[in-house]
Amino acid sequence: MNQSEKIATLKQVVEDLLQEARHQGADAAEAGVSAQTGLSVTVRLGETETIEHTSDNGLGVTVYFGQRKGSANTTDLRPDAVRESVAAACRIARYTSEDPAAGLADPDLMARNVPDLDLYHPWELDADGAAAIARDCEDAARSLDPRISNSEGASLYTQRSSFVYGNSHGFVGGYPSTRHSLSCSVIAQQGEDMQRDYWYDSNRVPADLADPAEIGRQAAERSLARLNGRQLGTRQCPVLFRADVAPSLLRSLFSAIRGHAVYRKSTFLLDQVGTQIFPDWVSISEDPLRPRGQASAPFDNEGVATRYRELVAAGVLQGYLLDSYSARKLGLQSTASAGGVRNARIASTGQPFDQLLSEMDKGVLVTELMGQGTNMVTGDYSRGAAGFWVENGEIQYPIDEITVAGNLEDMFRQLLAVGNDNDIPGSVDTGSWLIESMMVGGD
Amino acid sequence: MSQSTAIARETLLDAPGLSEAHLTQVMDRLLSRQVDAADIYFQYGRLESWVLEDGIIKEGSHSIEQGAGLRAISGEKTGFAYTDSLELPRLLDAAGAARAIARNGQHGAEAILAPAYPQALYAPVNPLDSLSEAHKLDLMRRADAEARAADPRVQEVIVSLVAAHDIVLVMDNAGNVSGDVRPLVRMSVQVIVEQNGKREQGSSGGGARQALDFFLQEDRAMGYAREAVRQALVNLDAVAAPAGMLPVVLGPGWPGVLLHEAVGHGLEGDFNRKGTSAFSGRIGEQVASPLCTVVDDGTLPNRRGSLTIDDEGTPSANNVLIENGILKGYMQDKMNARLMGVAPTGNGRRESYAHLPMPRMTNTYMLPGPHKSEEIIESIEHGLYAVNFGGGQVDITSGKFVFSANEAYLIENGRVTCPVKGATLIGNGPEVMTRISMVGDDLALDTGVGTCGKEGQSVPVGVGQPTLKIDQLTVGGTAA
Repeated sequence: MNQSEKIATLKQVVEDLLQEARHQGADAAEAGVSAQTGLSVTVRLGETETIEHTSDNGLGVTVYFGQRKGSANTTDLRPDAVRESVAAACRIARYTSEDPAAGLADPDLMARNVPDLDLYHPWELDADGAAAIARDCEDAARSLDPRISNSEGASLYTQRSSFVYGNSHGFVGGYPSTRHSLSCSVIAQQGEDMQRDYWYDSNRVPADLADPAEIGRQAAERSLARLNGRQLGTRQCPVLFRADVAPSLLRSLFSAIRGHAVYRKSTFLLDQVGTQIFPDWVSISEDPLRPRGQASAPFDNEGVATRYRELVAAGVLQGYLLDSYSARKLGLQSTASAGGVRNARIASTGQPFDQLLSEMDKGVLVTELMGQGTNMVTGDYSRGAAGFWVENGEIQYPIDEITVAGNLEDMFRQLLAVGNDNDIPGSVDTGSWLIESMMVGGD
Repeated sequence: MSQSTAIARETLLDAPGLSEAHLTQVMDRLLSRQVDAADIYFQYGRLESWVLEDGIIKEGSHSIEQGAGLRAISGEKTGFAYTDSLELPRLLDAAGAARAIARNGQHGAEAILAPAYPQALYAPVNPLDSLSEAHKLDLMRRADAEARAADPRVQEVIVSLVAAHDIVLVMDNAGNVSGDVRPLVRMSVQVIVEQNGKREQGSSGGGARQALDFFLQEDRAMGYAREAVRQALVNLDAVAAPAGMLPVVLGPGWPGVLLHEAVGHGLEGDFNRKGTSAFSGRIGEQVASPLCTVVDDGTLPNRRGSLTIDDEGTPSANNVLIENGILKGYMQDKMNARLMGVAPTGNGRRESYAHLPMPRMTNTYMLPGPHKSEEIIESIEHGLYAVNFGGGQVDITSGKFVFSANEAYLIENGRVTCPVKGATLIGNGPEVMTRISMVGDDLALDTGVGTCGKEGQSVPVGVGQPTLKIDQLTVGGTAA
């Protein structure tokens, strides 16, 4: 089955299901269905270790009886499982409460046309071909330095997906997409000290994936750089979050401005729209319609048309991330955020990474964060970390077993610079973040 | 045949019309000359969840997860494919895809073990039907009312109730077929409190491999509601936590997440076979203070982390990991056990049919020691007493682990004084275990809420410990 036939099949599943829901008495209904197939091959120490043929289907349906709702989902898309799911959702809706905010998204917000975002670039690759690429990647890592003593392997994963969403407003839209990724994790050893790190790349287009040898080399360099780490004395000092860990700070911002956190009053950024939460040079946006984007989508998980949007402009919070439910709870309109932020970007202040080190002069460069340690209600932030001690604007030695702590509200206000070193994999576009001062816990 | 196996056969073979001959055909397809071992894992899963928020039953959801995973192993190589359909042609396709791994494999033989039908550790009930809808929703409403009545500062209450019914059947290449019926229920209460414009949260919950009336017994549901409020109120008064190295006392029960992170993951067989764990090659060595005996016990009746058989059909066991500080053994699935020349330990687990099994924990806890919790606290001049935690994480290669306290207090001059804000604790597993200088006599297991993630797969687990004193641990607060 080619991809357009696949989409047509899934559209039929959704349309049948919506009809079934109507038959069972639902006033409104919506459903999303996805089908993915893929191949994942791992090579370890030069030998193929696992070959996984993946095939994941998922269907989620929500029905509304007036303002009461019921949901169901299934990994099995055959008609009896779909019928069982619709029946289960309808049964559940008999027991849930009337909720004035429940319902489909506003029909006026539905995506009128579904732009082609160029997300589908299948890779005709068999297990041998995938293993050969993973082997090149791992070989490059293992041959870089004799201290690379062991490996967790290199994995190539290629996946094709089809997604269709439809609701009883008459909206049915779908699109195919692909994702290809290559990752490598190796162990560096010197004496008793053993350190592991990894690197990866991910792309919609096979040809745009980073060179396998380059991914392997980076994985090895990152592991080697961690060797002979020391602890650091407890101190208050500037902290530079390297670009590859900086996305987690943006994700904390996004959790804090999620509509659901706002109406529950469970966020430290409550009632902050229109307020300066970052220095005035900060702008943060999302661009869901970027062609080939890692998180691109023409409509959100409720069929609402997506668009480019400024989340923070001149340091001022512009709005929340709203799906139709949280929007109604807050008396606002959906921002097409059902399913999260898509292709987020924070504008750089222009400095290359080395210049950020100079500007920091003396402080901690964080290259790994561990654990949860973020209280979204208060903004209190305390994470395990590893990285490097920086003095005179230069990296001195690796440090590990430290904590970095502060409050996200203060950290956002004390953001001094965002580097132009934004060449990181993943859907979040950011350079390294220099933060004026945090508490670093050590020995 | 056990009752669970009979139910599993009926649900997963008889219902879709799969006969013994069909199974043999699929297994033959999966096996080739070079395949050392193979298995087929059938799963039927149903899950139902309810959410109460703003005082109303806001959401309910029903989930179906079913299919079969087929695996062929040749030496260290694994081929794997799965299907959400239990129809013969789809099973044969998956078998053909999975066996391709063995093309260049070596020849070996799987030890043929007699099929084991251990005593079931939980009743083969369907928890989705174990209470009427009216009773489920009433239970949630009562928990909501209990939380709101507990204190006028309570602003928001979210109650969730989840019931899962999993039926699994594993067939190995020796023809052994074993089944398991696994109920799992969980309830949680989360509250937001507010005082003078300051907000805090608290949460509590529990669960078990039982029917939903578990929450009606021993006043459990109402207990979760009161406990969530208590925690939130404590945190309203919390001052900044200290930063730096301090003596730390961990309370009994859920703080056992320490063991899960500091030693548990590092003792999983896959990492040790590959030599990537900080504990690799250290069996027989002193890896913890002599006060420490740590077990992984999948045989505790009705516990969230327990399994009558693991996902490869091996009966679970009470495995001693560390005895009086000496490393005794690793947790194994079949493949890693064979490659390391040891017996499987009943720790082969998978999230679902669509995931490969690997060595995982069940209920991991430390046995009690000689000390009274009061004398442990009294032994400290300035330190931290942490009684509740969020999640943790470990780098098994360097041994570095973190876990985040969300209810903690200062210890000053041998007394527990004011509450401090949540903070992450970080240490090196093997080092921290040697710094355990006092072990309480008050072993407790957690309330049944733990979920462990590894390589993208989540499985339910349990943890536990008595009160422990760690002489030095880095605390990630903000106070100098």
